Amino acid sequence: MNKVLSARFGKIRPDSVEEYIHAGGYEGLKKAMSMDHVAAIEEIKKANLFGRGGAAYPTGIKWEQAYAIKKGPKYMVCNADEGEPGTFKDKHILSEDPFELIEGMTIGAYIMGAKEGYIYIRGEYAAIQRIVKSAIENAKKAGYLGKNILGTDFEFDLKVVSGAGAYVCGENTALVESIEGKTGRPRQKPPYIKNCGLYQMPTILNNVETYSCIPWIIKDGGEKFSSLGTEFSGGTKLMCLSGNVKNRGVYEIPFGMTLRELIYDLGGGIEGGRKLKFVHLGGSSGSCFPESMVDTKICYYDLKKAGFSLGSGAVLVVDDSHCVVDYLKTVMEFFEEESCGKCTPCREGNQRMVEILEKFTEGTATMEDFNKIKSLAQTMKTTSFCGLGQSAPVPVITLIKYFEEEFIEHINGKCKAGVCSMSGKAGK
Amino acid sequence: MARRRLKMEKVREILNRYGNSKDNLIQVMLELQNISGTNSLPHEWVVFVAKQLGMPISRVYSVITFYSMFGTEPRGKYLIEVCKSGPCYVRGAKNVLQLLEEKLGIKPGQTTDDGSFTLIQSSCFGACDIAPAVKIGEKVYGNLTSEKLSEIIDSYREGQHNE
Repeated sequence: MNKVLSARFGKIRPDSVEEYIHAGGYEGLKKAMSMDHVAAIEEIKKANLFGRGGAAYPTGIKWEQAYAIKKGPKYMVCNADEGEPGTFKDKHILSEDPFELIEGMTIGAYIMGAKEGYIYIRGEYAAIQRIVKSAIENAKKAGYLGKNILGTDFEFDLKVVSGAGAYVCGENTALVESIEGKTGRPRQKPPYIKNCGLYQMPTILNNVETYSCIPWIIKDGGEKFSSLGTEFSGGTKLMCLSGNVKNRGVYEIPFGMTLRELIYDLGGGIEGGRKLKFVHLGGSSGSCFPESMVDTKICYYDLKKAGFSLGSGAVLVVDDSHCVVDYLKTVMEFFEEESCGKCTPCREGNQRMVEILEKFTEGTATMEDFNKIKSLAQTMKTTSFCGLGQSAPVPVITLIKYFEEEFIEHINGKCKAGVCSMSGKAGK
Repeated sequence: MARRRLKMEKVREILNRYGNSKDNLIQVMLELQNISGTNSLPHEWVVFVAKQLGMPISRVYSVITFYSMFGTEPRGKYLIEVCKSGPCYVRGAKNVLQLLEEKLGIKPGQTTDDGSFTLIQSSCFGACDIAPAVKIGEKVYGNLTSEKLSEIIDSYREGQHNE
């Protein structure tokens, strides 16, 4: 299988420029510096690369728009705040091959004319921050960062900035606020960060995995990258397989593979002879769906057609020993905890959602509560200020869609899986 | 008193290293918490930092109370974080929490009497491939069973992780 991102994982010392170069590194940057800026962006457009953080915005278009903006200075920013539950792919890039990210950002800086860049790494990855910092220092010493890169007058400096434990900082504008040392609450959009981002300047912000695809695309060409995947999704994807599956871990797969192949062929299937109950795709803010849907191809278009989004590439497999309602309560507790509190639908909505779901697990919920959840989910989805509140109800909506009968059972005082206490039923 | 003054010197040094810049408030506070010895930010330091950076104290507190990694009350030498997100939940995180509560005799948010451990529940820290997982300080432990968890706690109690 073709590996774009994980080819060097475990094979080189992560912070050694020499070993990175020996393994084919920095060819992309050299080529980019001999290319016309617009031609380089054209290659990225041809690659059919979509943002790997979760929003799946076409990277080539994003870079074309950013390039067209005349004011400056422009900043390169990398979102390494990987906080979506079930996602641990960026961790591997950062700790096993940080130079592919650094090279990708450097190529971007060359094209955009940016002199400064920031890698915002979540605070929980403190040890990994040190690896990336060391890689940056070594790149400077070797002339791949800092002044006079590769003997030219191109200069670019990179800094690592630490998060401090806030899921919402994965939202682009909140992340920028956090780099500025403030509370990570999202900003009003527009203006978009491509125009008015870090320090109110044009900012090019991408996920770790997105940047890490760039060196390969420039080196081997956009068309070749695109051909690794499907017509609608170029390249490969790092998928994070977790939950009740035998072989958990990060897998680099070509787009077009089905979820079933990932879960059963690579992942070895469900553990302990149990059955797959549902898959939670793309992190806690993604869709949940039953086994009947797992033949869907991992491809932005096919997933969208089925009503799902790939998100960050997290695939959480849940077996039939679990209760849908209790699981959902756990997921919503996460959003209740992580809501930044700026807007009412998200701050209050997630809290109420947890309260009502608790009634289900205690066996005191009524049909009215069920209708409330459904209505509240719609309200949050349509009126929340940022992506956090808009996507938090997605697991609610999809679990109700596919497992409505389990919610009804709980109203009738039964938890099929035997997980919920139903302790409130007697006193009702 | 001398020790306290020494610590203040250290605070000043960290602030200087970050150019006494408001932009670096979070980075400064992370370093300060690391050297505090109480896994938290003493009020005295917060006041000092606010003054040095020319910020209202309330603004500094608004930042540090927003981020979950900061503590404003003294915490144990080791923070034990139990992941409660989906991937750990389906692998039995509830049992892990229960075992830790029994072993340490504390509930989430509390600190052991000897000041060694503070137990907290946390959001996903990316150890889903080895769930259920806990994080103690910077270290992550996964694929936990009750025996393994017990051994880990004992190894901390015996001082095997002292710097």
